[in-house]
Amino acid sequence: MPISFQLEDNTVLAKQHFNRVAREQMRPISRKYDEHEHELPTEWVDFWWKEGRKGAPGRIDGPNDGFVTVCVQAEELCWGDAALYLRMPTPALGGSAVGAAGTPEQKERFLSHFRADGHPIWGAMAITEPGAGSDSAAIETTADYDEATDEYVLNGTKIFCTAGEGASQVEGGFVVVWATVDKSAGRGGIKSFVVPARTPGMTLVGLEKKLGIRASDTATLRFEDCRVPAANLLGSARVSKKGGKKTGDKGFKGAMATFDASRPIVAAMAVGVGRAALDFVVEELGRQGVVIRYDAPRTSQTAIERDLMEMEAELQAARLLTWRAAKLISSGKPNNLEASMAKAKAGLAVTQITQKAVELLGPLGYSRKLLVEKWMRDAKINDICEGTQQINQLIIARRILDYPSSMLR
Amino acid sequence: MIDFEPSDEQALIVETVRSFAENELRPAARACDEGSQLDPGILEAAHELGLVANSLPEAFGGGGERSAVTGCLVAEELAWGDLSLALGILSPALLGLPLTDFGSEAQRASLLPAIAGDAYRPGSLALLEPRFDFDVYHPQASAKRDGDEYILEGTKCFVPWQEGLSSVLVVASEGDAPQAFLVPCDAAGLATEPESNMGLRALPTVELRLDGVRVPASARLGEGAGADLRQLVGRGRVALSSMAVGVARASYEIARDYAREREAFGAPIATKQAIAFKLADMATEIDGARLLTWEAAWLLDQGADVTREAALARQKTVQMALDVCDGAVQVLGGHGYIRDYLPEMHLRNARGFSSFEGLALV
Ligand SMILES: Cc1cc2nc3c(=O)[nH]c(=O)nc-3n(C[C@H](O)[C@H](O)[C@H](O)COP(=O)(O)OP(=O)(O)OC[C@H]3O[C@@H](n4cnc5c(N)ncnc54)[C@H](O)[C@@H]3O)c2cc1C
Repeated sequence: MPISFQLEDNTVLAKQHFNRVAREQMRPISRKYDEHEHELPTEWVDFWWKEGRKGAPGRIDGPNDGFVTVCVQAEELCWGDAALYLRMPTPALGGSAVGAAGTPEQKERFLSHFRADGHPIWGAMAITEPGAGSDSAAIETTADYDEATDEYVLNGTKIFCTAGEGASQVEGGFVVVWATVDKSAGRGGIKSFVVPARTPGMTLVGLEKKLGIRASDTATLRFEDCRVPAANLLGSARVSKKGGKKTGDKGFKGAMATFDASRPIVAAMAVGVGRAALDFVVEELGRQGVVIRYDAPRTSQTAIERDLMEMEAELQAARLLTWRAAKLISSGKPNNLEASMAKAKAGLAVTQITQKAVELLGPLGYSRKLLVEKWMRDAKINDICEGTQQINQLIIARRILDYPSSMLR
Repeated sequence: MIDFEPSDEQALIVETVRSFAENELRPAARACDEGSQLDPGILEAAHELGLVANSLPEAFGGGGERSAVTGCLVAEELAWGDLSLALGILSPALLGLPLTDFGSEAQRASLLPAIAGDAYRPGSLALLEPRFDFDVYHPQASAKRDGDEYILEGTKCFVPWQEGLSSVLVVASEGDAPQAFLVPCDAAGLATEPESNMGLRALPTVELRLDGVRVPASARLGEGAGADLRQLVGRGRVALSSMAVGVARASYEIARDYAREREAFGAPIATKQAIAFKLADMATEIDGARLLTWEAAWLLDQGADVTREAALARQKTVQMALDVCDGAVQVLGGHGYIRDYLPEMHLRNARGFSSFEGLALV
């Protein structure tokens, strides 16, 4: 296959389908759930459970762009509303973890409910703690093996858990919790455990009030002697003191590898929010008679035209980096570097694009009558979640310099 | 299906051109810059690779493998070796491709076989004009019809003018519409003044004055409406965008390797985040700019109008290349400022992309 920018028909169909969903189901309630921060957006959740999760129409057996399609879907839905996207009843990041490290039996046990009828349910992933964010190897939540019952006993506190309310409270869902089985083993001792919703010992302590993505529930969860069967451990129980490199157990590194798949999605989410703002600005300014003259010489271009062109170029660069990282996944190739590039680029570019959009619209942009100010608030999370800008720069730098993390931290 | 990997065939071309750039262009880059001249031996050797000829029509001795995307891959690799030499090597395309796209059968027959032939034949396109408010779509140079002749007036700049050049393609406005005219270098009324610029020092260019230059009506490219200047400009912007990516990549790689070697405060400077993150940003921006450029090239290959995409690619690569090359000089510190290292030349060359138009085509 030569270099090509041609999306398959199925991808285009998905794009159109999810754009319609975004337009009809998300935008009309976007402001409402930004204002009613901790309220469940029932109309959206129900819609997704009944209709949305069926996916886009299209020939199942037709050629498709694989993971690029997943990114296209994320972009469209986040063009609609990124917070509602995060509130969809799906396995989300928890599902990625189970999908990446789970056995077939575990996948069936935890993920099949998401395909069943019943009521809407959620999945989540809890890594971050009050004392450990970027440095996820520093987590202190413990998992002690109880031989008598063949269970792990979890103790600790997790914060900033996206979809943590739904995943911990609604029967059928689950939270993937990172904990250490052996503090002395460092990274090698870190394992992840599937904690089904309503497991005794897991408590929803509260929900954060945030700058943006307010319709997304960001939970604090406490684990007090929370017992899960040993069969809920994802991956091998073996503790490798060398980070698992030689033993074949992917361990911490394996867990980190789920980010290679999730970072392109976060990047695509960012691109969706950025496009929402850019589309709006271009349309609104167009109504005022401002059109971008791509063929005008620099000396006659206005500052606004220059700004808009820059926003368009940066957004497209971010999108293409995202698709490249996604395409590598479909091709079964490593994408650690490319995923971080996409995430770093999209997170920052879209933060800047949405901030510029508010500026270009003047008082109108600043007003809560329009959604532009919301998009600016929403966009910023993409520069923080799934590895901050700096953490992704670290990953890129280690890759291009061929440095182990011990040389650049 | 969306794909960011070159085909096997493209990959082979890239490999060939990359090793040529590494073994021939890079070692000669500094000497050419200091001596303000291209190395004729290198131009001949590059010609044997058939990079330009490959994209010309088979009917005139070419390879018939025209692809803007492939053209971008080639342009990036050559520019990675050295920008001046790259522009010299690809200059035959400045005549060859417009003739292919818009020329009459007679025009093509008059020049294409020679361009595709055994010996290197430089080409030239006179597009830019020496004015700060130059508008590429509305050149001030004019062409007035007089019987079965055109009379050309005006001043062009940044016109490649290598030894052995026989004709130059001059862009001038006929009424409101820009058109391209094949003008012999020895035409009466045509005067040249050698230029000297901050960068691109090895590429001989001239300011070209056209004072009542008369050419036959048949010298105009294209029958009927003439040449599609929009497309020509787009092809130029896409080619130069790739070259900007190539220059940036060259500078970035030198900075990256230097940062791993150079020690300060007891450790390689690359272990400091201020340096490492700068390098990470450079790598990311280079890749993003390259993808934008490829997309514009791919659209060209689909026959689309790329005015927008080429303008965006240009805007992006111009700034990216400048930032990256400036960053490379910074990473090398004082050494970056010394002409022993290439980044200072890259910085001088990269700044030019904001002015360059039509110096290369895909
Ligand atoms: C809305 C929201 C949703 C979230 N959802 C989830 C979730 O679902 N699951 C989950 O586990 N977590 C989640 N998080 C947590 C998120 O991943 C962390 O906030 C993030 O990783 C940063 O960690 P921190 O907040 O502790 O910041 P810190 O790690 O304290 O970082 C503070 C600053 O220091 C910088 N920094 C840190 N280390 C370095 C370094 N080595 N070099 C240079 N700079 C550095 C960071 O870039 C940042 O700018 C969420 C956070 C938010 C706000």
